[in-house]
Amino acid sequence: MKKLRKALCLTLAAVLMTGTLTACGNTDSGTGGNSAASDTDSTESSVSSDAGVFKIGGIGPLTGGAASYGISVKNGAQIAVDEINAAGGIGGARVEFNMQDDELDAEKAVNAYNALKDWGMNILMGTVTSGCGVAVAALSSEDNMFQLTPSGSSVDVIKDNTNVFQVCFTDPNQGIGSADYIGQIGVAANDGDMVSRVAIIYDSSDVYSTGIYEKFVEASSSQPYEIVSVEAFTESSKTDFSVQLQKAKDSGAQLVFLPIYYQEASLILSQAVSMDYNPVFFGCDGLDGILGVEDFDTSLAEGLILLTPFAADAEDALTKAFVAEYQKRFNEIPNQFAADAYDAIYIIKDAIERSGATPDMSISAMGDALIGAITQISYNGLTGNDMTWEVTGEVNKAPKAMIIVNGVYQGL
Amino acid sequence: MISLITYLINGISLGSVYAIIALGYTMVYGIAKMLNFAHGDVIMVGSFTVFWGISMQGFNPVLSVLLSIALCITLGITIEFIAYRPLRGAASSLVVLITAIGVSYFLQNIALLIFGANTKSFTSLINFGPVRLFEGQIIISGETIATIITCLIIMVCLTLFIKKTKPGQAMLAVSEDKGAAQLMGINVNGTITLTFAIGSGLAAIAGILLCSAYPSLSPYTGSMPGIKAFIAAVFGGIGSIPGALIGGILLGVIEILGRAYISSQMADVIVFMVLIIVLLVKPTGILGRKLQEKV
Repeated sequence: MKKLRKALCLTLAAVLMTGTLTACGNTDSGTGGNSAASDTDSTESSVSSDAGVFKIGGIGPLTGGAASYGISVKNGAQIAVDEINAAGGIGGARVEFNMQDDELDAEKAVNAYNALKDWGMNILMGTVTSGCGVAVAALSSEDNMFQLTPSGSSVDVIKDNTNVFQVCFTDPNQGIGSADYIGQIGVAANDGDMVSRVAIIYDSSDVYSTGIYEKFVEASSSQPYEIVSVEAFTESSKTDFSVQLQKAKDSGAQLVFLPIYYQEASLILSQAVSMDYNPVFFGCDGLDGILGVEDFDTSLAEGLILLTPFAADAEDALTKAFVAEYQKRFNEIPNQFAADAYDAIYIIKDAIERSGATPDMSISAMGDALIGAITQISYNGLTGNDMTWEVTGEVNKAPKAMIIVNGVYQGL
Repeated sequence: MISLITYLINGISLGSVYAIIALGYTMVYGIAKMLNFAHGDVIMVGSFTVFWGISMQGFNPVLSVLLSIALCITLGITIEFIAYRPLRGAASSLVVLITAIGVSYFLQNIALLIFGANTKSFTSLINFGPVRLFEGQIIISGETIATIITCLIIMVCLTLFIKKTKPGQAMLAVSEDKGAAQLMGINVNGTITLTFAIGSGLAAIAGILLCSAYPSLSPYTGSMPGIKAFIAAVFGGIGSIPGALIGGILLGVIEILGRAYISSQMADVIVFMVLIIVLLVKPTGILGRKLQEKV
């Protein structure tokens, strides 16, 4: 009897272990390290291998709540890397790209960074999100590795880290940009008037959300509208928004500002409808991706306005070519994250060319060279023209507002 | 005043979901004297089954719900048989508790493997519109009404089942004294299996209601409501069925009112504070019986 019990315990333990291991296996295959490598292999022939290889690492959520961002970044960067290799690489050196999953978890992002260093990464194109970025930037600044984040928009990512630069706006800039947009350009409320009463719902447990929220409030004091309700939620209570919406509704807000990620926003939109509340919803780049939520009723997002630097329907040749290629390869319309990542790879290329860095340089020497070069370049890309960088790591470019009409983004 | 009523209704609705989940915890604890921490994840499995049935296979909603309940019952029985039964009577109850946590991770990871980590938007199964009272000042959504009514029906049925049927009486007997019940010819293992079956079936219903009201679904959907429902079970008196109802609804109301009148980011602080206070003041919960230590 005792033996039997022992056997059962062991079987159970084995079953549990297999479950965990298979799950890990899945995560690994999803990180795209392998697929990225095979993609670059196909274009290898056109580049001589004597000049060495620039190994660019990427870190972002490929699974989990913000997976849409990470996958977009991975896809966008891969297109740029393949294009560069097909056109002869950077100064004759091939580019390899390896994206690791962080599941939107700072601890896993640090693991990913160490894994990429073992792989031989020279330059880091990441992280995709701010929370992970703060953790990783602490390590990369110790190594003085050149780090360019496509979408980690918190100031904390670049603060005190001379080696970290951003492709996207910082959160304060998004907050100020949103306040300016609502106050100066104006948004028509659904009752016909211009918006004068604004409510905010933000995630107090998230650095991205609080960063935008604080600056938005600060910048709003000089604007012609009034903030009538400020409500928060946290990581562990992000399904029920009935109270926050009820308060916004009671305060008569015509516009609800959502400096949050798309997943919670999709719930807010559907709960607002069920309580007959119909304000204008306004958000930042975190809302990008809301149309891609599986089974999401896109009619709920009708009229949603977001500040994002990239429009897939823009008419310029660069955007058109990128969108066509992205659709061909990944069967969906690219969002801002894909565009940020595509730009990030080309910005790295520009900086390498400007500095004359070569793959055989040490991580720190290459870091110094690229840090010096990026502040001198001016880049025209998908997410903005004449983009320049401050020594602090901040980018200078102009924001664009988008509105969702008939289930697609439209420039405002 | 109007908003207070709205908050109360929302609180009762949220609390009803907690109550249905708490039933699973409380029944299993009452009879098997173990905390089944995998219960929250059975909820998730139930919701995913309905999502799979309706959105991926195009089944009829009623069929999907029945399928989901059947699957959860099977799952509950299987978990009990494979993971818990061999450990029953093991040296420490801690062993079963840790196994339950293991099962919980197992279910989450299986769901991750099958459905991926992306959040799915769950299509609500409730297709009657909101009810408007006081010239539209109070709007009660169809989901809210359905949740509260379902919760009441379940409570009445379950109470009748335990009071009026033989298997129900057997449950009472086993919870009272396992050894004596066995001596009286009650199949203890069978009764525990039945308890798991009922608890898991209820978890499926709770999952469907939860995801109809808050239409997002991920492999981690069940964990937080599971923990809150566990608090509700302790709050009401673990092992007591009416206690689960009272604990669940009170907790839902406290959570919503706390969020509305104290601070929207402190909702969970308040909920967990309630647990601590209850444990300090009345460790057996509102309706919990004080157990005499046997000499």
